[in-house]
Amino acid sequence: MTALGLKPDGAQARPLLRDLASIALIALAGASGYWLFPDNLSFLTRVISVALLVLSLDLVVGYCGIASLGQAALYGAGAYAAGIACLNGVTEPFLLILIGAAAGAVTGLMMGAVMLRAHGLPQLVLSIAIVQLLHEAANKLAWLTGGSDGLSGMLPAPLFGLFEFDLWGRAAYLFGLGLLIVTFALLRLLVRSPFGMVCRGLKEDPLRVSALGISAFPVLIRMFAISGAVAGMGGALGAIATQVVGLDSVSFELSANALVMLVLGGLGQLTGALIGTVVFMSIEHVIAAINPFHWMTLVGAILVAIVLFAPRGLSGTLDELARLLRREGRP
Amino acid sequence: MSAVFSVERLSKSFGGLKVNHDISLSMAAGERLALIGPNGAGKTTFVNLVTGRIRPSRGAVSLGGEDMTAVSAVGRVRRGLVRTFQVTRLFSEMTPEEHMLLALLQRAGRATRILARFRGDATLRDEAADILATLGLTEVARRPVAEIAYGQQRLLEIAIAMAQRPKVLLLDEPAAGVPSSDTPLIERALERLPPELAVLMIEHDMDLVFRFAKRVIVLAAGEVIFQGLPGEVAQDEKVREAYLGSYAHAGR
Repeated sequence: MTALGLKPDGAQARPLLRDLASIALIALAGASGYWLFPDNLSFLTRVISVALLVLSLDLVVGYCGIASLGQAALYGAGAYAAGIACLNGVTEPFLLILIGAAAGAVTGLMMGAVMLRAHGLPQLVLSIAIVQLLHEAANKLAWLTGGSDGLSGMLPAPLFGLFEFDLWGRAAYLFGLGLLIVTFALLRLLVRSPFGMVCRGLKEDPLRVSALGISAFPVLIRMFAISGAVAGMGGALGAIATQVVGLDSVSFELSANALVMLVLGGLGQLTGALIGTVVFMSIEHVIAAINPFHWMTLVGAILVAIVLFAPRGLSGTLDELARLLRREGRP
Repeated sequence: MSAVFSVERLSKSFGGLKVNHDISLSMAAGERLALIGPNGAGKTTFVNLVTGRIRPSRGAVSLGGEDMTAVSAVGRVRRGLVRTFQVTRLFSEMTPEEHMLLALLQRAGRATRILARFRGDATLRDEAADILATLGLTEVARRPVAEIAYGQQRLLEIAIAMAQRPKVLLLDEPAAGVPSSDTPLIERALERLPPELAVLMIEHDMDLVFRFAKRVIVLAAGEVIFQGLPGEVAQDEKVREAYLGSYAHAGR
């Protein structure tokens, strides 16, 4: 290859460096959250839990080009599975996360099997229908899910047998941060694997992908399962950290908010999902405290501004700024 | 001469309209065949029938003696029936090298692996670089496709097809949209296609057809009206009529 004049390693090394830098940044931001807002750790843990949901949505929307307004179905499946398991004596936190991931993955498979039958708007409507159906199921199966009261009173075992999930939420936060970093790193590998490249191809031109001899369905259904596992872990983390699971975890509203956060942060980059979640939820947290009735108006206005002036989302705009600065800096 | 690819009495009607009617042809390995015809002759429908994008009303397509009529579009590609597109269909943010690696990984049966590195295989990277070099695309191998010239994108379509190592290649207007100053590039690329490959070219550019094809089939109003040597096509009365003179003097 070098003989033909292609630079051997530059292009391969750079994304790896970028990944390591993003992971370091997440760890740094997470640690500063821990030191700067010690009284808000339970809120920050919820941010991480929702960030996993938005990351999972990015896999489907940002990498495969399948719009979904029902992603909370997968998040809720993980939350309820972990909650029910915990109330039935499975209290080991890592195991609960795994149970959440498995429940999310299975729900993802089913959701994919239904959604992939359609394209475009009908597909979007199916996603809404699925989350509404699950919401109704969780409401009706009160013996299992607690109905409209939800599940409460879960008492997860201490982390590594040492750190209690206490009122201050330190253990839960650090546990969640660790989970997020590991998941993010694995997803980075995923989106740069051959599988991830095929997904990007499917997003842009399915006909071209089929002309390469690659069938779309097996690829997309696997992505739904992976996405479900990630969302399910987010749900399980929420259940462990807050020790309640409610109907809001499997709602259309949460699904729609997740999509808003993703668009806000920028599609198809993973980092955008994280930035979008943190910005959206921080705004919600601060403004809802000041004016609980009109905070959505402000969020709406910010969104309109972003879609009009920064269509690639916050992370895309940051990238462009960085590129401009670099160009300025050059002699 | 055993046929590597054949089409028998392939027909397609939309309602009462016969878009393709009783089209038959067969190709031997290494053959260079061109399919021409005026606009609306049914060429696009023919491509869609052969590649499996639409189902025929009647007739059969076979590849290497195997009946393909019930095989899906993807299945036909996997068995060696590969096409290029009239309007380039490429992934705008990917580089030519990445396109090649996708095609090569798929040929190796590894395109959808999760636990693998996209650039992990040095042999495939070398093969990708080789093909790109053959077509003069080394310079742009690592630039996003959206940033390279249209002529180079057309060459990349051919490069991808070469990476797929087909038995039969369907070239759907390989020179469409290319400025005439660049057609020699396409022509040179076509000359470098493996000699044993059967190539069916659908093309408007008559000069290209006459230089490339050893045999020509003319389609008009969904039917084959001429099969024969390139030199004879312009003299044929039916062909002249079909084109209303527009191409009757071409190739002189």
